[in-house]
Formats: sequence, C-alpha cells, structure tokens
Amino acid sequence: MSYKIYEINEEFLDVMPQEIKDLQFRATWGNPKRGVMDLPYSKELIEEHSLCAGCPESMALRYILASLPNPEDTIIVNSTGCTSLVFPHIALHTVHSLFGNQNAVASGIKRVLEWRFPDKVKDVVVLAGDGATVDIGLDCTLQSFFRQEKITTICFDNEVYANTGGQESGLTVKGHVFKMAPKGKQWDKVPFWQIAIDSGCHYVARLTVSSPKKVETVIKKAIYVAREVGPTYVHLYTPCILEIGLNSDDGLDEMRQRDKERFAFFEYMTPQAQEVIERKKEEGLL
Amino acid sequence: MATLGPSAFSPYPVAVYESVLNPPPGKALLINEIVDEEIAMREAAKAMLTRPNPTIFPGPQVLYAWNEEAKEKAKLVRKMAEVLNAKIIPMYDYRPKYPKINPAVEINPNHPNLTIWHNKIKACIFVGVHCHYANVALKIIRAETDCFTIAMCGMAGHEDAMITLRDQHVEEMEKFIKIAEEVKRELGK
Ligand SMILES: Cc1ncc(C[n+]2csc(CCOP(=O)(O)OP(=O)(O)O)c2C)c(N)n1
Ligand code: SF4
Ligand SMILES: [Mg+2]
Repeated sequence: MSYKIYEINEEFLDVMPQEIKDLQFRATWGNPKRGVMDLPYSKELIEEHSLCAGCPESMALRYILASLPNPEDTIIVNSTGCTSLVFPHIALHTVHSLFGNQNAVASGIKRVLEWRFPDKVKDVVVLAGDGATVDIGLDCTLQSFFRQEKITTICFDNEVYANTGGQESGLTVKGHVFKMAPKGKQWDKVPFWQIAIDSGCHYVARLTVSSPKKVETVIKKAIYVAREVGPTYVHLYTPCILEIGLNSDDGLDEMRQRDKERFAFFEYMTPQAQEVIERKKEEGLL
Repeated sequence: MATLGPSAFSPYPVAVYESVLNPPPGKALLINEIVDEEIAMREAAKAMLTRPNPTIFPGPQVLYAWNEEAKEKAKLVRKMAEVLNAKIIPMYDYRPKYPKINPAVEINPNHPNLTIWHNKIKACIFVGVHCHYANVALKIIRAETDCFTIAMCGMAGHEDAMITLRDQHVEEMEKFIKIAEEVKRELGK
C-alpha cells in the first residue's frame, strides 16, 4: 500500500470531513521516527473506539498505532475479543481472522507479501487477547514461532475472556474469581513470555502499558527484529477494569501497581536481535 | 423515517430474487431490462435532473489520487455534479463509524439509508465505490428507501441499482456528461 491512498483529489477537498483531511495533512505517514510524542499534535490512526470508557486496551492501541515505524505498509491481524471492536476504526489494513487462527493467517500474509513485493518492507503484526493467543490459538501461535515466521505477536493480556463476559483464561492468576469462574482459578498463570523464548522468539518483552514511551520502544524493537530475524513477542498487561471491578479512571493505577510485581518490565533478545537493535539505535530509529 | 421502496423497484432487497442479473458487456440495466447504454444514460440523467435532491456518492476509487485515472475521474465527477445540479456526498471509506455518522455530509455503506432519509435524496449515482460495499449499500437502499439508484461501475455492474452502467471509465463518463447536457437542454433545466 502507498500512503498516496490518503491523498484526496483536490476536486473533493471541500466535501471531505475534517478527520479524513487530517489523515492526509496531519498524520505521520512515511516517517519511521514517529512515536507517542506525536500524539497530542498529529492525527491518530485510530478514530473513536468502542471499548469501555477508560479501558487500558484503548491506551495500548493508541500507543502501538502511534509507534508503528511503517504504518502505510503494516498489516495488522487480529482476533475476536474486546480488541477486535477497535479495528474497524483504524485507518490501516487490518484482517479479522477466525478466533485463534491469527498467527496462521499472519504467517500466510507475510509470506505472500514477501513474494509479491520483494523490494518493499511490509510489517505484519498480530494483535490479540490472552484467550486468543494463549488458549484457543495456542497451537497457531506456537507453530508460527517454531516456523520462525517473521511476524510480531502482541498479546493484550487482561487475564480474562473479557468480551464473552468473564471466563478464566490460561493467563488468569491462580485464585482469581470471575463471573464465570466462581470457584476461583485452580492453576497458575501461564508464563507465556518464557514459552515464547523457549519456542524460538528472538525478541520478547513483558510490560504494562503505564508508560507510553516504553511501549513505543518495545514495539519498535519487536517490529525491526521481526523484519530481519524472526518471530518476536510482546506481552502487555491491559487490565479489564470492568471484570475486576475498577472505575474508568483506575486503569493506570492498576497497571502501575502491577509494574512492581507480576508485570515488572522484562526483556529478552537473542544475539541476532541485539545486533539489529544496536544498528537501529545508531540509525536514530530507536 | 423509513419509506419502503416502491414495488416497481423491488419488494425484495435483492434483485436476483426476481431474476434480475447484470447486463452483458456493452449493455446496461434499466430496472429489470437489458438496454443499450445510451438509453440507460438518458434515463439516468433524466432521473437525476427531475427527482428531488439528486446526489452523487463518490467512493474511494475516485476520491483519492491513487492513480492517473482516479485524478481524471475526479474532474469528471465534479463536472457531472455541475451538469446534473447534484450535491456530492462522499463515501470516503467503509469503516463503521461510532458513535454515529453525520448524514448531512457523509454516507457509510453500513447504513446508507440514514444519509438518504436525512437529505430526502430521491436519485443518486454511485461511482468509485468498491464492488462489495456498493453491493451492500445498494441492497439496503433498495429495501429501505424510495431513492432511484444509478451505479456507474468500472466493472460488471450492480443488479440492485435501478440503472447499471458497466465498464465505465473516463471515455464513458465523458459520454454520459454529454448525454446529460443534452437531456438537460431538452428538459429546459
Ligand atoms: C472460534 C471461536 N470460538 C469462540 C468464540 C467466542 N469468543 C469471542 S471473544 C472470546 C474471548 C476473547 O478473549 P480474549 O482473547 O482474552 O480477548 P478479550 O476480550 O479479553 O480482550 C471468545 C471465546 C469465537 N468468537 N470464535
Ligand atoms: S470488557 Fe474489559 S477489556 Fe473489554 S472493553 Fe471493557 S474494560 Fe476493556
Ligand atoms: Mg482477555
């Protein structure tokens, strides 16, 4: 895709709504240095969202979309869940795959794009919930790591199946009670960041989305490494304030608390990934 | 509120239920009849020039300057609007819009009837809208409104429009504008 598709024919400038003109004149296309610091000044690639007010998933999406180094040539593959409610409002190519299949779909898209556009950089990013990534889609997620697919997988871990009303997932913490897990979870939270490392990911990070800048850096590293080396995985804590009974303005505090414990910042990279990251730093892109 | 489509158009939202199919290459579709392109173009111009609040709905393929043909077509759509005394309301993308669209200035394929009802549009032209979204929108309009729809399509056409002009590119659009100018003169508009 070319960001030319947002260039409005001048004959129609007078009839186009402002937010669409903004996508041409105020969005940060074609600039790999774009990032969260642009948020207050530029047009975001997400319009309204339909998540609960204050849902940290919406923050995560804003930061991620502001940080993609190559949005005009990025394809996002997502899965069913709360996150998927946002994708229709995003001004990028997104593919809604069948629940759980996201990493298989993304693998196919990445391979076809490499074949079809050998001279272009096309980033494929998977974005899905914990239920989709670690439970129902576990097979597809892991197989894409084993096959060393050059895609970035981002898991929005809210520790619950939120969209279907509160069932426990593999990433729910032991003992947590949800509407449809009344006895509390019997087993431990799956340490998926570790499984991602053991399954061949070259860059892995675990964090909350309390710090926009940190999210930006991690996303850029993950995408640059996936481009050149192989699969990368980012595990984000985006608490479901609705299911854990918090108010709309409590999300940030909840994440800051978890920053100090089970979501303390953690980063892993292989030597090949490190080489890419160092080079990108020298180029001023990180 | 909703005005149901007169049964002359179709009591069903889907024209193929009544065996209405797209025209073969070189021909056009007028309600449920295969006719010569010129006849359909005259009828389309007449509908636009005589029905209240005629409107052109340009889609992404002509709104954005993504290739040379699109730039040419943009000029022609503007010219067409001038000749037909029509308003232009863009269908600039296909995302469902929340909390709601502003039907005075935009049309969305997921609920095109809102724009048609709001502006009391009784004749419209779809141009540059991608096939599947034109299909969806035209079905909804057929079922939910009494608007006379005209599909100016670069491909095989849309049987759900009251008039389908197929394989419409720069040359055909110029021809339509010429015919519209003639019809306008004949009608003394
Ligand atoms: C194949 C399939 N199985 C099950 C569902 C039902 N379903 C919809 S959303 C969802 C849970 C999503 O949980 P998660 O991936 O954690 O995302 P969240 O809503 O928490 O962001 C499920 C099981 C579905 N849509 N498709
Ligand atoms: S249910 Fe939870 S995860 Fe879903 S939008 Fe609401 S707060 Fe966010
Ligand atoms: Mg979840």
